[in-house]
Amino acid sequence: MIEIGLGHYLTLGAVIFSIGIIGIFLNRKNIIVILMSIELILLAVNINLVSFSMYLGDLTGQVFTLFILTVAAAEAAIGLAIIVVYYRNSGTIRVEEIDKLKG
Amino acid sequence: MEISIIALPLIASIISGFFGKFIGDRNSEIITSLLVSISAILSALVLYEVIVNQYQDNITIATWISSGSLNVNWSMKIDALSAVMLVVVTSVSALVHIYSIGYMSHDPHKPRFMAYLSLFTFAMLMLVTSDNFIQLFFGWEGVGLCSYFLIGFWFKKESANKAAIKAFVVNRVGDFGFALGIFLIFYLFGTVNYSEVFQQIPNITEKNLVFLGIEINAIDLICLLLFIGAMGKSAQILLHTWLPDAMEGPTPVSALIHAATMVTAGVFLVVRCSPIYEYSEFVLNIITVIGMSTAFFAATVALVQNDIKKIIAYSTCSQLGYMFFATGVGAYNVAMFHLFTHAFFKALLFLGSGSVIHAFKDEQDINKMGGVWKKLPYTYSLMIIGTLALTGFPLLSGFYSKDAIIEFAYLRGNTTGYYAAGIGIFTAFLTSIYSWRLIFKTFHGDYNNKEIKIEDTHESPIVMLIPLVLLSLGAIFAGFIFKDLFIGNYGLNNFWKDSIFFLKPLSNEHPPLWFLLLTPILVILSIPTAYYLFVKNKNLPEQIVKINKPLYQFLLNKWYFDELYDALFVKPSKKFGLFLWKFFDLKIIDGFGPDGISAIIKRFSVKANKFQSGFIYQYAFVMLLGFSALLTFLIVK
Repeated sequence: MIEIGLGHYLTLGAVIFSIGIIGIFLNRKNIIVILMSIELILLAVNINLVSFSMYLGDLTGQVFTLFILTVAAAEAAIGLAIIVVYYRNSGTIRVEEIDKLKG
Repeated sequence: MEISIIALPLIASIISGFFGKFIGDRNSEIITSLLVSISAILSALVLYEVIVNQYQDNITIATWISSGSLNVNWSMKIDALSAVMLVVVTSVSALVHIYSIGYMSHDPHKPRFMAYLSLFTFAMLMLVTSDNFIQLFFGWEGVGLCSYFLIGFWFKKESANKAAIKAFVVNRVGDFGFALGIFLIFYLFGTVNYSEVFQQIPNITEKNLVFLGIEINAIDLICLLLFIGAMGKSAQILLHTWLPDAMEGPTPVSALIHAATMVTAGVFLVVRCSPIYEYSEFVLNIITVIGMSTAFFAATVALVQNDIKKIIAYSTCSQLGYMFFATGVGAYNVAMFHLFTHAFFKALLFLGSGSVIHAFKDEQDINKMGGVWKKLPYTYSLMIIGTLALTGFPLLSGFYSKDAIIEFAYLRGNTTGYYAAGIGIFTAFLTSIYSWRLIFKTFHGDYNNKEIKIEDTHESPIVMLIPLVLLSLGAIFAGFIFKDLFIGNYGLNNFWKDSIFFLKPLSNEHPPLWFLLLTPILVILSIPTAYYLFVKNKNLPEQIVKINKPLYQFLLNKWYFDELYDALFVKPSKKFGLFLWKFFDLKIIDGFGPDGISAIIKRFSVKANKFQSGFIYQYAFVMLLGFSALLTFLIVK
């Protein structure tokens, strides 16, 4: 058995972060997937914070993780609300049709 | 007083040109005619002073250019030569102004027309009163410009626009030579003022120059270059093609510019520069040859033309040829005399033909006229006077001047002189034939116009007839009254004095009697001949034409000069221009210049445009890439 150390946790965080990033820009279909990807990125950050907190023996990181989870929950709620409003206005939440920034 | 002669036409032109809309047609006509008439009266006073009191002056109006050794003034040189020109220009111009009131009565642009006429008069006066070559050139170009405006006055007619451009371009050829001549004068003498140049001429008679790889005497070269300018302006053979086309302009313009004044500027130039020309035997001979060729050529072409104005235009060309060969044989005063009388009778003929054209409602083909002499009694008799004077019928003005030219050519005593005299006599005969052909075809015989009934032809209004009457007085009496002054011994010493320079005095001898009688007899005989040919036995000319078909075509097509120039110059330069446009301009300059650069920018911007997809996730990704790049950079550093 190998010892599971800091490196493994950080690798896991990086992998999840990357999945989140790739989920954002490879996603062609659904805006909710983007929201989920953002959650993944936040979780990756949380894993980093928790593992560093354990590694350094400092509780501040875990406290921050709790804060971030709270904020993430609020953010997900707001994000979903925005999507609902957006769907009412434009009748679609398909990603390739949301290009109003093009002007 | 002298300055107002020049200033009044300019003022008239400005008033009519800029304020014509506000003061109305009638007022601009009255103002221009009045001011130019005043100018004409003042000129007559000046001539009177010159004749009686030997008045001479050089008035400086203002400094124009003062740069290094080049000093040019706006000035007014008054001597016998310019006084004669002043009278010719202003009097004919005033009469043409008055005539135009009637002739242009149906035209919608009267103020503009009057303004151009007055402007032309101003430019012509600048030309003749100049005391240096630069002001002369200013006037020279000024009259050319006004000629362009007036030929193309009916700008809706395509042929008029073409004729105007042709006149302008052909004149550029002559002016190019003229400008080179002025440069050469400044190069050799360091001044452009007549008096200073003429003083230095005897010092450089031996000087040679290399021009276009040929070594040539400096004076010969100056004379040749100046004469090329004169050829262009005075429509001498090779550069004559613009004059007949210039008849597209309104008839008063033809009378003023293309008969009486502007086209004689070339003759005036040669006479004014007589102190130079007298030292160049070579160029004088060239002038004689060119002059007599022109006289002969134009007369032969005039024989077969059918357009009333073109006949008179070729006749002008021919008479200008006479003037030139008079200067060529050294009889400058005779040339001026012919210029003086010619202005009257040729303006009379042109204005008379204008009256005929007016009567036939803008018909110019003499084959569609005829038999109207009873309907147009005044025009008819005035045209007869003009024709008699032109052909040199005894005791009318043309007789004194034209015969004098032929006599002096004979008295010159060299080969070119005899040759010129012979051609002169023959041309006088031709002149007489074609002039009477015009009269008989226009006024006699059967009425040939199918579009207008003979009852509808009408005599011109009084405002057009008065100038004709005044000109006819000049055509009758000018020769008789002024002959002693212009070509007698008295005139040489007391009138012309140093305005004309003779290296060796003119011959005082008289040609033999038979020679003196030859021309008048031919001229008188030609009247019944023409009557027989063109009224009595009309089949004879037609048969002659049938037998000599190629010759007739040759003459009818004006010796094919237009076709020749078309093939030699117009078409190649058009092709060359097309090449420069299609290939050089469009492909090379535009291709690498504006079009090329804009195409590159367009290509890049199309690419750059693709970055703006409008998808948030792509923007976010780019932000991430940038952020990580920045971070990496900071960490590595």
